[in-house]
Amino acid sequence: MNTDTLVSIRDLHKHFDISGGWLDQLRFTGGRFARRKTLVQAVNGVSFDIMEGETVSVVGESGCGKSTLARTVMRLYPPQAGEVHYRGRRIDHLSREQFKPYRTRMQMIFQDPYASLNPRMRVRQILEEPIRFHRPKTSGSEVLDRVAEIMQQVGVDPEWRERYPHEFSGGQRQRISIARALAVDPEFIVADEPIAALDVSIQAQILNLMMDLQEKRRLTYLFISHDLSVVAHISNRVAVMYLGTLCELAAIDALFDRPRHPYTQALLSAIPRLGAKGFQHQRLTGDVPTPIDLPSGCVFHGRCPHANDRCAREVPTLRPQGQETLVACHGVAEGRLPD
Amino acid sequence: MDRQPLLSVRDLEIRFRMRHGDLTAVNRVSFDLARGDRLGIVGESGAGKSVTGFGILNLVSKPGYIAGGRLLFEGRELTALPEEDLRQIRGNRISMIFQDPMMTLNPVLTIGTQMVETILAHRAISRAEATAIALDRIRKVAIPSPQKRLQQYPHEFSGGMRQRIVIAIALLNSPALIIADEPTTALDVTIQADILELLLGLCQSEKMGLILITHDLAVVSQVAERIAVMYAGTIVEIGPTAQVAGNPQHPYTRGLLGALPQRVPRGGRLNQIPGMMPTLTRVPEGCPFSNRCTLCEEVCRRRVPPLEPKAAGCLAACHLLD
Ligand SMILES: Nc1ncnc2c1ncn2[C@@H]1O[C@H](COP(=O)(O)OP(=O)(O)OP(=O)(O)O)[C@@H](O)[C@H]1O
Ligand SMILES: Nc1ncnc2c1ncn2[C@@H]1O[C@H](COP(=O)(O)OP(=O)(O)O)[C@@H](O)[C@H]1O
Ligand code: SF4
Ligand SMILES: [Mg+2]
Ligand SMILES: [Mg+2]
Repeated sequence: MNTDTLVSIRDLHKHFDISGGWLDQLRFTGGRFARRKTLVQAVNGVSFDIMEGETVSVVGESGCGKSTLARTVMRLYPPQAGEVHYRGRRIDHLSREQFKPYRTRMQMIFQDPYASLNPRMRVRQILEEPIRFHRPKTSGSEVLDRVAEIMQQVGVDPEWRERYPHEFSGGQRQRISIARALAVDPEFIVADEPIAALDVSIQAQILNLMMDLQEKRRLTYLFISHDLSVVAHISNRVAVMYLGTLCELAAIDALFDRPRHPYTQALLSAIPRLGAKGFQHQRLTGDVPTPIDLPSGCVFHGRCPHANDRCAREVPTLRPQGQETLVACHGVAEGRLPD
Repeated sequence: MDRQPLLSVRDLEIRFRMRHGDLTAVNRVSFDLARGDRLGIVGESGAGKSVTGFGILNLVSKPGYIAGGRLLFEGRELTALPEEDLRQIRGNRISMIFQDPMMTLNPVLTIGTQMVETILAHRAISRAEATAIALDRIRKVAIPSPQKRLQQYPHEFSGGMRQRIVIAIALLNSPALIIADEPTTALDVTIQADILELLLGLCQSEKMGLILITHDLAVVSQVAERIAVMYAGTIVEIGPTAQVAGNPQHPYTRGLLGALPQRVPRGGRLNQIPGMMPTLTRVPEGCPFSNRCTLCEEVCRRRVPPLEPKAAGCLAACHLLD
C-alpha cells in the first residue's frame, strides 16, 4: 500500500450549543442572574491521519461522536477548533467557492437511503445533478453515458433510470446513493453507517460492492459503524471512540488480537459470537456519562476497572504501543494493566 | 419430547385484510416449546417474526386475523379463549418484551406504581405485598438502590436500565413464557450483552420458557437452545442451535450464514444471496425461496416443500435435501 497521507485530522473539536434562546439560558445563582450556555461536547480533540487507499473505521457506542466527526471532516459542520487537511492543504477554513474543487474529491454516504435521496427525482436526475454541477461542460449525451456506467458499476440496471427512489428496495436505494457519490469520481468517501438499516444478505451485497469499488478505483474510506464484525472485515485500521475522544487507534489485526485500552477490551468482548455458549464479556459498571458534563481526566475513568487518582485528574494522550497501535490510557502507559 | 410441551403451535396462519385481497404474513407455522426451553426465531425484516410473536398471544390487531391453526398453551387452546381469559394469560402466564421499552412503560407513572398496579391487576394481594414483589424483581434485574429507583419515572433511566425494568415487569407474576421481540436491538453491544446474559440467567433460574425474536443470528445462538429460521412467512428450518448456526441444511440458512463477516476471512468477499426477500404479494409458487435459490429445480417451483426431518435433529423445508 502507498502510504501517502490523504486526510489529516488534527485536534478536532466540535461542540453544539443547545442552550436555546436568551431566556432559556438565564440561571439564578449566588443571588444574581447569570447567562449560562449548555454545550454538547460531541468531539474533543480527535487527531488521526488517513492514508491513500486504506479504510479507516470509526467505532464506538451510540452518541460517542462518530457522525459528528464524519460530518465535521466533510465540512457539514464547522469545527470549534482544530484543522482538517486534504493532500497537505488545510480545507476546514476555506470559503464555499475555494472548497468547491474538493467537493468532487470527497463524498459522503449516509445510513438512511430513504432520507438522503430526493423522492421527487428520478434516479437519472439524482445521478445527473452532481455531474452537471461539478462538470458543467459535459455534453448531454456524455452525462447519460456516465449515468448508465455508474448504475452498471453499482449493480442497478440502467434500464431503471427513469424510476423514482420509492420504487427500489432498501439495498438498491443504498446502491443508488453510492452511485451518486461515485458520479463525480471521488477519491475519498465517508460512509456513516451505510449498512445499518439493511438486512444481513443485503449488507453483504453493499459491503462487497464497496470493497470492489475500492479495488477498482483506489478509493479511500472513512467508515463509520457500530457493527464490530463488519469493521473487522473491511478495515485496515480502526479508531475507537468513547465520549468524543479517541481511546485507541490500531491496525486491524493488532486491535482484534490484542486490544489495549480497557474500553476497547470491554467493547470487543461484548461482540455477539456465533456459536458461543452464554456470555463471557467484561461487564462495565455505571452508565455512559453525557457529553454535556464531561468527566475530568480520562473520560472513561468512571467505568474503568483500572482507574486510579491520576485517571480522574489528568487527561491521557494518545501514545504509541508497539508498532501499529496508539492508546490513550495512563494504565497502559504506566504498564500496570494486566495483559 | 416425552412431556407435554408448554406451547404447541400448529399450522398457524395469520393474514392481513387488504384492499386487493388478503396477505398471508404467517404461513402454516408449527413448533413446540417445552417448559423452560429457549427458542430463537431469526429472519430478515418482514419475514413474519413479530407477527408470529403477537399471534401466539392471540394479539394480532386489525386488519390482521388468525386465519387458521392451533395454539395450545398449558393445555388450553388460545384461539378459542374469550378475551377476558386471554387477558389473564397475557402478563400473567406469558409476558412480552419489545425493542422499545416505552411500549411497556408509562411515562407519567413511577416505576413502582406501574409494577404494583400490574401485580394487583392479576392477583388479590395487598399493596404492601405487591410492593415487596416489585422490590424483589428490581433486585433480580440487578438495578442498584431498588428502593429509590421504584420512586423514579422512566425518563430518569438510561436505555439499558429501562430495558432491565421492562424485564422486571415481565417477571412480576412469574410467567411460564417470555416472548422477547428484538429486546436488545436498540442497545449498544456492551449493554446488549449485559441484558441478554440477564435474560438467559433468569430463564434458567426461574425455569421460564423464552421465545427470542431477532434478526441477529449470533445473538440468538448465544441464548437459545433451538433456532427457527423464518423466510417470507414460513419456517424454512428449525433445529438445535449448534446445528442451525454451525451446519445448517436449508439453502437460505446457508446463504445467511455465508453473508456474515464472522464466517469469511478478513477482506474476502461475502456470500451474496441474489435479489431480496419477496413482498408478501409476490411470494413465488412452490418454495418461497425458489426465485433466489441457486439450487432451484423444477419441482421447487411447483410444490411447496414440507418442513421435514433432515440431518442431525433439524427440520427443513427443501425438496433437494434428504
Ligand atoms: N398491520 C399490518 N398490515 C398489513 N401488513 C402487515 C401488518 N403488520 C405486518 N404486516 C406484514 O406482515 C409481514 C411480517 O411482518 P413482521 O412485523 O412479522 O416482520 P418481522 O419479521 O418482525 O420484521 P422486522 O425484522 O422488520 O421486525 C410483513 O410483510 C409486514 O409488512
Ligand atoms: N445537531 C446537534 N445538536 C446538538 N447535539 C448534537 C447534534 N448532533 C449530535 N449531537 C450530540 O452529539 C453527541 C455525538 O453525537 P453523534 O456524533 O451523532 O454520535 P454517534 O454518531 O457516535 O452516535 C451526542 O450526544 C448527540 O446527541
Ligand atoms: S486512563 Fe485510567 S481510567 Fe482511563 S482507561 Fe486508562 S486506566 Fe482506565
Ligand atoms: Mg451516528
Ligand atoms: Mg419485527
